[in-house]
Amino acid sequence: MTDLTKRTAAETAAAIANGEVSAVEVAEAHLDRIAKVDDRINAFLHVDAEGALAAARAVDAKRAAGEKLGPLAGVPLALKDLFTTRGIPTTCGSKILEGWLPPYDATVTRRLREADVVILGKSNMDEFAMGSSTENSAYGPTRNPWDLDRIPGGSGGGSAAALASFQAPLAIGTDTGGSIRQPGAVTGTVGVKPTYGGVSRYGMVAFSSSLDQGGPCARTVLDAALLHEAIAGYDMLDSTSIDAPVPAVVEAAKLGATQGIKGLRVGVVKQFAGEGYQAGVVQRFQESVELLRALGAEIVEIDCPSFDFALPAYYLIAPSECSSNLARFDAMRYGLRVGDDGAHSAEEVTALTREAGFGAEVKRRIMLGTYALSSGYYDAYYGQAQKVRTLIIRDFEAAFTQVDVLVSPTTPTTAFKIGERADDPMAMYLADLCTIPTNLAGNAGMSLPCGLAPEDGLPVGLQILAPAMADDRLYRVGAALEAALLEQWGRPILDLAPAL
Amino acid sequence: MSAITREEVAHLARLSRLELSEAELDHFAEQLDAIVGAVARVSELPTEDVPPTSHALPMTNVFRQDVVRPAGTPILDRAEVLAQAPAAEDDRFRVPRILGED
Repeated sequence: MTDLTKRTAAETAAAIANGEVSAVEVAEAHLDRIAKVDDRINAFLHVDAEGALAAARAVDAKRAAGEKLGPLAGVPLALKDLFTTRGIPTTCGSKILEGWLPPYDATVTRRLREADVVILGKSNMDEFAMGSSTENSAYGPTRNPWDLDRIPGGSGGGSAAALASFQAPLAIGTDTGGSIRQPGAVTGTVGVKPTYGGVSRYGMVAFSSSLDQGGPCARTVLDAALLHEAIAGYDMLDSTSIDAPVPAVVEAAKLGATQGIKGLRVGVVKQFAGEGYQAGVVQRFQESVELLRALGAEIVEIDCPSFDFALPAYYLIAPSECSSNLARFDAMRYGLRVGDDGAHSAEEVTALTREAGFGAEVKRRIMLGTYALSSGYYDAYYGQAQKVRTLIIRDFEAAFTQVDVLVSPTTPTTAFKIGERADDPMAMYLADLCTIPTNLAGNAGMSLPCGLAPEDGLPVGLQILAPAMADDRLYRVGAALEAALLEQWGRPILDLAPAL
Repeated sequence: MSAITREEVAHLARLSRLELSEAELDHFAEQLDAIVGAVARVSELPTEDVPPTSHALPMTNVFRQDVVRPAGTPILDRAEVLAQAPAAEDDRFRVPRILGED
């Protein structure tokens, strides 16, 4: 029998629907894989074997009863630990939420359950999604399946590593500054940040509310599209949810793979090149651009001068929103409480709890945001960053009058070593250089693997950016490029990863 | 020039309700100073007539009917919520002393 964990989500769903395998067999194969390899990867913070098998049994029962199964019924998934799951631990990678059992499901969680997706467990992440390496998890770093001494990206390193080590064919991530796309790039997997407002944020613990966006992670573009459609759509419980039809991303992925992208205008962002970009990353990116040209796309260089200021603007806006959002962790209603011994006031208990419960990066960002928002500095920092945000949106608007999509490397380098940037925040922040502008503008982005860097043999990601609510363009271009690359390589890129 | 001093970090920590250790104050002062120095680059762009953007989408408030919602829509169960509290008493959250005692 073929290894059930090596299949795509689409293949698995088809095999369950036609009775070739049961959903329980699929779930068991993945739970076995987790038991075999995750002590080395640390992709999961919590494995819910009982819940996964119960969900799988329900799928098998539906099929036996002749009910029609949804397009992802019975497919296992790793859910980033930022989404609430009723009665199942949700830590956000933080000590402050250790042992918390949420009293409600996030909308994404609910939609996954309604789609009969089998949730295997909760995936590891940088604490409250703040980081680019998953080293900021209070529960230990996740390791990159391509090289266990290297980071799997972040904040959603657990989700990406689970895919790359065949512990799950699907995962959910969140992308505030690149936390879906950057882990995708450095693990050789696909990650999509949908248009802001495309996927409900209800029950997704807030870090930076104007930037946070949940989205799909997978090993193929089509699988990401299937997951995208399962979780996207209007939700009255999220006041920023877009009340409009979900872009037809599955159809776009199928069209891209079969009919290509002839005549499509592709812009190469001039700003995402030069100093700090690894030679092998640039090489694979340029080869992919030539491949897009060979597929019939028209390639144009696009100048987005304000993108050079996206990183500093982001590191004012995101910490400002974080300092406000994380004020909710006050030790009163849920989570950790330290120092409640009768001698300390409520305010002192709050400060003692936050000191004990938050890690260094979270503290840094809370204080940075508090600084940027304080009177006397507000205009120079937060206010100015908001104006830069306007200029970035204008650059995107101008670009999308000339081209249908933009492309760039997803990250300036391949996966770096664990510990290499851990105590140098500015070096760490550079990992998100190319992904951040999209979050500030609220439009859509995808990363997909485009080869291995010759100098280190590690995956390189190509980023595609599309206008807001044109997420389908990502899938059209992504699927076309994926098909062309697969033809060149002769096998999926993850077949080249070392065996675990 | 040092933008952020150790004293300033201590002030920020108080505002942020973080009971930082002495060692953390030193470490964060150095790091925050470097970060603020880097992000201050936003002032290099001319933005005289540029309006600020707080949010990429137009924001409108969302209202719902003030009616009891049916089961299945998110209604939190009181016992389930209180079971997750650090301390609870008589169907309420139990919190440490808030006002001065006298």
